[in-house]
Amino acid sequence: MSHKIVVPIGPYHPLQEEPELFRLYVEGEKVVDLDIVIGYNHRGIEELSEHKHFDQVPFLVERICGICSTSHPFAYVNAVEDLAGIQVPERALYIRTIIAEMERIHSHLLWLGLAGHFIGYNTVWMWAWKYREPVLNVFEMISGNRNHYAMMKVGGVRRDIKNEDIPALKKAMDELVPALDLFRGAVVDDPVIQARLKGIGILTKEQCVDWCVEGPTARASGLNIDVRKDEPYGAYDRVDWNVIVHEDGDIFAKTLVRILELYESVSIIRQCLDKMPCGEIDANVKDIPPGEGIGRVEAPRGECFHYVRSDGTNRPTRHKVRAPSYMNVASNKVAAVGGTISDAAITLAAVDPCYCCTERTAVLDRGTDKKIMNGWDLIRLSQEKTERMRGK
Amino acid sequence: MENILQELKGRFAAKVLKAQERSARRVYFDFAAADIPAVVKFLFRDLKCRFVIATGMDTPEALEIIYHFSHDASGKMISLRAFIPDKKNPEIDSITPIIIGAEWIEREIWELLGINFKGHPNLKRLLLADEWPEGKYPLRKSS
Repeated sequence: MSHKIVVPIGPYHPLQEEPELFRLYVEGEKVVDLDIVIGYNHRGIEELSEHKHFDQVPFLVERICGICSTSHPFAYVNAVEDLAGIQVPERALYIRTIIAEMERIHSHLLWLGLAGHFIGYNTVWMWAWKYREPVLNVFEMISGNRNHYAMMKVGGVRRDIKNEDIPALKKAMDELVPALDLFRGAVVDDPVIQARLKGIGILTKEQCVDWCVEGPTARASGLNIDVRKDEPYGAYDRVDWNVIVHEDGDIFAKTLVRILELYESVSIIRQCLDKMPCGEIDANVKDIPPGEGIGRVEAPRGECFHYVRSDGTNRPTRHKVRAPSYMNVASNKVAAVGGTISDAAITLAAVDPCYCCTERTAVLDRGTDKKIMNGWDLIRLSQEKTERMRGK
Repeated sequence: MENILQELKGRFAAKVLKAQERSARRVYFDFAAADIPAVVKFLFRDLKCRFVIATGMDTPEALEIIYHFSHDASGKMISLRAFIPDKKNPEIDSITPIIIGAEWIEREIWELLGINFKGHPNLKRLLLADEWPEGKYPLRKSS
């Protein structure tokens, strides 16, 4: 008779440095079941959003995640613009697209570095993060910040991209391409990377459909879905680019999809910089009428979905946020089971999970308007829970 | 896409309580809570729509769930709305047996709004701490 042994990864992931708990049930080296426990990072953002002015919400949702920090505000402004039927000035659409694609570049490079680190390729890690740095410098040049750019606003963007900054932006893109060639070569040609990633953590197309998976995770399994093409927003329908799709569904395919998407992002940014017209960057929206709207954005990890309902006051009455990791992380249950423990770390990381995004929502008792728990209580609970688990 | 809407309307003509085409890409249908699984099954299995997420909310009249589906081939969002007026013992059939990807969001709505999903295979807490008091639902406007 075989005995099931539980191998816990978490509650604080030793490599990804984010709070979650994967309980791997193993028989020998083989993973036979997986239990995913989240909730350690639950901050009540959906509820908090109902207490913010429509113009304050982008700052709040920007802080859901420090990596895809423009995807949430972008999806939110799309939702409010859908609700109110707002026409956004052309130049603002291009600026939004440039910012979103630069974010994809830095996010994919970040993942590539981590993935390299997970499988023991620390050189890839150092390289990827080295080449990510100039992208962050461009963000700093445009917005003053490396990570929270605060560019999105209902009806347009907060800051223009100055024409005198465009040559530096183009130069950064030009210098990135040789680095991407380097990564593509390193991944495609290295037999050890192939041995580690090919045939590992496979998600089939059918599994992707059942688990409602999206983004590069779905595209690496042959699902041709990308919000940028399916429901073009920003300036994506004004430039020429391709959706990258692979059929294999393993981690190698997911890596390749992300690397090839980087080239597409560079191409989109270059075209946007060339085509960007002069003019206004803000529609100067005053009031938001009653109604409901849906906004979608293809974040680096997949579709980011926001639903906003308004009753005509200056605050949303309901704001639903669904980040791509919410769907993608759950699919680990099928991707990791059947593999070995040593492959689990990279398999669980292959969807580029973001736990900050997965957990939001509320901790208020509206009946008494009394806080049942504040953030410190939650941290205390989380710490106590960790202590208990240590004790076991 | 027009075909898809017509197919949906044709198949469930007697059951659609209200249909709104807010814009070219946004369609909302109201259904009785009891009809949701059949419509979800038709959208997901036959029309090949992708389940995006469900939004649960507390309104003065009822608890409301909106199931958002994306028809990726046409870029349209089809949202199914169901009202649950009984706030004391709110329940609705789970769609997780049809779409496994709905497991987490039904758990989340269950713990945050207190809606019981009948037939859910794994209805336990997702985000709230183990110590969270029973019967307190953070997204309820009044408890």
